Amino acid sequence: MKQELFEQNNRGPWQQFESKLDSLESRKRSGKAPQVSGFAEQYRQVCHHLALAQERQYSPHLIDRLNQLALRGHQQLYKSHTNILYNMVYFILVGFPAAVRREIAFVGIASTLFFGSLLLTAVLTYYNPSLVYSIYPEESVMDFTEMYNPASKARMEETRTAADDFTMFGFYIKNNIGIGFQTFASGFLLGAGAIFNLLFNGIAIGAVTGYLTELGYTETFFSFVVGHGAFELTGIAIAGAAGLKLGYGLLCPGRLSRKQSLIRSAREAMPLVYGVFFMLLIAAFVEAFWSSSSYLSITAKYTAGASFWLLVLSYFALGARRGSE
Amino acid sequence: MLDTYRKLETPENIDLDIHIAGPLVRILAFTIDSLIRMGVQIGLLIALAFLGKVGMALWLILTFVLEWFYPVLFEVLNQGQTPGKKAMDIAVVNDDSTPIGWSASIVRNFLRIVDFLPMGYVTGLVSMILNKDFKRVGDLAAGTVVIYREKSKAAPKWPASTSSPPPIALNLKQQRAMLSFVERQNSLTKERQQELANHLQPVFQQQNQEAVNHIVRVATWLRGGQ
Repeated sequence: MKQELFEQNNRGPWQQFESKLDSLESRKRSGKAPQVSGFAEQYRQVCHHLALAQERQYSPHLIDRLNQLALRGHQQLYKSHTNILYNMVYFILVGFPAAVRREIAFVGIASTLFFGSLLLTAVLTYYNPSLVYSIYPEESVMDFTEMYNPASKARMEETRTAADDFTMFGFYIKNNIGIGFQTFASGFLLGAGAIFNLLFNGIAIGAVTGYLTELGYTETFFSFVVGHGAFELTGIAIAGAAGLKLGYGLLCPGRLSRKQSLIRSAREAMPLVYGVFFMLLIAAFVEAFWSSSSYLSITAKYTAGASFWLLVLSYFALGARRGSE
Repeated sequence: MLDTYRKLETPENIDLDIHIAGPLVRILAFTIDSLIRMGVQIGLLIALAFLGKVGMALWLILTFVLEWFYPVLFEVLNQGQTPGKKAMDIAVVNDDSTPIGWSASIVRNFLRIVDFLPMGYVTGLVSMILNKDFKRVGDLAAGTVVIYREKSKAAPKWPASTSSPPPIALNLKQQRAMLSFVERQNSLTKERQQELANHLQPVFQQQNQEAVNHIVRVATWLRGGQ
């Protein structure tokens, strides 16, 4: 068949298919669902025409046009359709705790590195307070000593307003969640970036803890950190686990090709990253509006803090058990 | 071979042509995106400065979103195109050319901090140059690729001409070369057209403008015109 006849016979269907693609691709769908009946059939026909046109060596313009139609059709047909709200609820109830348990080896290593370095530094600083100066510059030490000094804390809390709480909320989101994401992504460097971030944060937090405990500021310090710590510290450990997973995929591909292994471990680490975002968001909220509150009694903060820890741990240990069976 | 076209076999058993985007066009797209992002950040800073501490909080949250999710949101919600990519007519898709999803987009964009190392996206550039699909580290981990999304071109005007059969039997490749010559005709100067047509002098026994006209006639015949 000559090209002109071929074009004449099929111009109509191609135009129909093209306008269908246009309506599927346009973002302002304004509520009404695009007309899709017959899409798959038309797509197969265009594929067929493309194969014919290639085989018969029709002119390049025609082949390009059909190729483009087929490519656009391919993208629309094989697009994954997801319900984002359902996915989010399902993820929080089932996906996240299941993912943490599936990756328990990485979570275990990351937690050991993070909490281990934290505790070790805390103990060392407690018995040798001058150690804090090899970790923090002098001004920072003075800053946080002042901040948790029971005498000055009362004065600072009086001047703190609701707007300040809100500013701190923004700061915690930008800073803490950013650190979480960085810990994951830098794990690509064969895990080194994740390990560095875990140890760095563990040592930094541990030094403050040991130093302030030794000074006897335990009440102001622990009542502040216990609440959001449940979400924040576990969040950082899980971010580290996600980073380690990524690096391990690149380092030890097993029977897959290295590239395939990397793609796979990145995909499997993603639930952990979503979870880190979720945990650190809660942590930022608690830290800004609950931990800093001066109206709550110390007992209330300790009780709430203990129940947050219990909640988080049992969420990971028991969440979605029935669903996974 | 140095070629940026890839064949993608679909489940329908056809080969689609994919045109991979190279480093230069991607750097341009990235520059546009960076400028937009910077402009929005400065604009927000000025606008939110009037809201005091609450404005500061909003600015921190919004810059966090811009910093980490600007490309992700555009890529997932806008057919794989950030504004910069759209301006350069490129788009990011999965390796099998299907539209990119949340996880893949987050992986490829979060790993920008690895691509950035040690400074100025050096790692990303080196990775792109070493990889035949111009993938930076983020693309490797996410299984994504940046391709050209060509706009549909207007059909070339076929010149009105009588037709005449070719003097010898042409094989498919040669036929296609004839058709392609006529479709490209308008983008070539007269002199260049004649120069190309003169190569066929041994076959058609014509020269210069006559040779061009003769090719048009043969191509019209091949295409099916009377």
